[in-house]
Amino acid sequence: MKSSKDDIVFETFAVLVVTILSIMMLYPFLNAMALSLNDANDTLAGGISIWPRVPTLLNYEVVFQNPRIGNAYLITIARTLFGSFVSIIFTALMAYGLSKEHLRGRKFYMGLCVVTMYFSGGLIPTYILMKALGLTNNFFVYILPAIVNVWNMIIFKSFFEGIPKSLEESAQMDGANHYQIFFSIIIHVSLPVFASLILFTAVGHWNDWFAGAIFMAGREGDKLVPMQTLLNQIINSNIMMEQLGAIAPSAAEMARMSAKVSTKSLTMATMMVATLPIVMVYPFLQKYFAKGVMIGSIKE
Amino acid sequence: METQEKLKLTIRPPRLSTQLDLQSMVIPSILLLFVFAYVPMFGVIAAFQDFKLEKGYLGSEFVGLKHFAAFFGGRDFIPIMWNTLWISILKLIFVFPAPIILALLLNEIRFRLFKRVTQTVTYLPNFLSWVIVAGMFFSILAVDNGDINQLLKSMGLISKPINFFSEPFWFKPILIFTNVWKTMGFGSIVYLAAISSIDPTLYEAAQMDGLNRIKQIWYITLPSILPIIVIFLVLTLASILTAGFDDILLLTKQGTNIVLRGTSEVIDTYVYRVAFRQQIPNFSYGAAAGLFKASVSVILLWLGNRTARKLTGAALW
Repeated sequence: MKSSKDDIVFETFAVLVVTILSIMMLYPFLNAMALSLNDANDTLAGGISIWPRVPTLLNYEVVFQNPRIGNAYLITIARTLFGSFVSIIFTALMAYGLSKEHLRGRKFYMGLCVVTMYFSGGLIPTYILMKALGLTNNFFVYILPAIVNVWNMIIFKSFFEGIPKSLEESAQMDGANHYQIFFSIIIHVSLPVFASLILFTAVGHWNDWFAGAIFMAGREGDKLVPMQTLLNQIINSNIMMEQLGAIAPSAAEMARMSAKVSTKSLTMATMMVATLPIVMVYPFLQKYFAKGVMIGSIKE
Repeated sequence: METQEKLKLTIRPPRLSTQLDLQSMVIPSILLLFVFAYVPMFGVIAAFQDFKLEKGYLGSEFVGLKHFAAFFGGRDFIPIMWNTLWISILKLIFVFPAPIILALLLNEIRFRLFKRVTQTVTYLPNFLSWVIVAGMFFSILAVDNGDINQLLKSMGLISKPINFFSEPFWFKPILIFTNVWKTMGFGSIVYLAAISSIDPTLYEAAQMDGLNRIKQIWYITLPSILPIIVIFLVLTLASILTAGFDDILLLTKQGTNIVLRGTSEVIDTYVYRVAFRQQIPNFSYGAAAGLFKASVSVILLWLGNRTARKLTGAALW
């Protein structure tokens, strides 16, 4: 091929640019990790890049001993597991129902869904509603409003519409109802789209800080604050250092600890704790991501 | 095809009682949608009231367009609209094309393992919450010993450290950079998927004709993914009044970094601030500002989706 020399130059260029971009994407994360594993006093001197200079686990020790962080972590795990499970089941079942052309009222239902993509009442009417429903300072405010995800529904629906009818027909002949077909056939042939949408939904729950920030207030609300909301409070204030007193068994121990940690190092350790579970999971589901994005649903 | 159409016409719509299972899959979700999406839509009447939480919609007094007049006539309106449009335009210029460029570059790389690893790495920021992204950039851009300040110092570009989060000038560049950083990798998935569905014989033919790789991108790849680009472009344009929320709020410490307010406040963060961050919350005024934004967005989105269908024959819904 006569243009092969150009091509090699171009491919080298592409590799170079993508490498630089990758380093830029990775650096802030590795830097935060290094800071979280480095001695707080040594960090003050600066110059930590991606490797701890004076390695220590003390920052993590303090973070794990903080009862508020433990509690917020449990809230996050609970809402992520429960919230994603309920949301995916409801949304996928709805999508399956709507993928059937003979569904009565299909156009009406779809219309109701599409309108919500155009218009939403907005923040304040939503807040007023939650207040009226008694969902403020209530764990279910994380779950209920997020159950039906119209975007996910459309992705599911267009995927289900692409499943060959013959797969279902034989089951139908055997007298299976739609629930049996959904759980025994549809889910199995749609695993890639389920995998990516479960992950995206779970990440949405795991990373949400806003619901915790506006629907939770006072002492009662503090107990229900998820990790990201608490982390945001930690980043914006000194509450980590103030709380050292609560976890240190004695005044002497507290003095020893507070001399060895700092707001910055504790913040970094908390950030790592709050993000590592997701960072460790998503690479394994990466090959399914393309199935979970809008592209298949674009209507010709 | 024709016989299928005829067949459809002759089959009567099945009776409700024969599809209770299907209906029961859909109806619960529709009810949830009604409560959590439609009830707030009616809740926008708060914008026309002096809404008090303890009085509710029925007990609060109606005041007509008072809050709209206050919003449009107030001194906040112009700077907020300016920031909203300006940030949206900057995002359109820098954040929107970034994933397309990355997808085109990744597509040119034949070394599979490299491609997979760099994809994993560039997807990473998408999975970090804005809380964490803000925390990381606060650290990297810190005045004392922040990496960027140290780097600039060692290169002799600055004599004293830049206070990135106290100087309004830096806010928009930081906002745009973090957005590119966070969304570039994951956004490329859509375009990579579109590229992978291009007929490979097109490239073979191009190679026969002696087109080099850059020309192949220009004459084959780009035109093939143009419909997708146009759809996303039109929809991005339609959401021009949504300049950002989490990113702006978290990079300004929920608006408490007052130095940055003049350069960072957009409609959505303004609504949040007047309703939740003031001594006396002003729900109705915030709802009026929010309703203004939502109304304009509906019209733009509707036009946008229509335009996309006209231009490319495809649309999102």
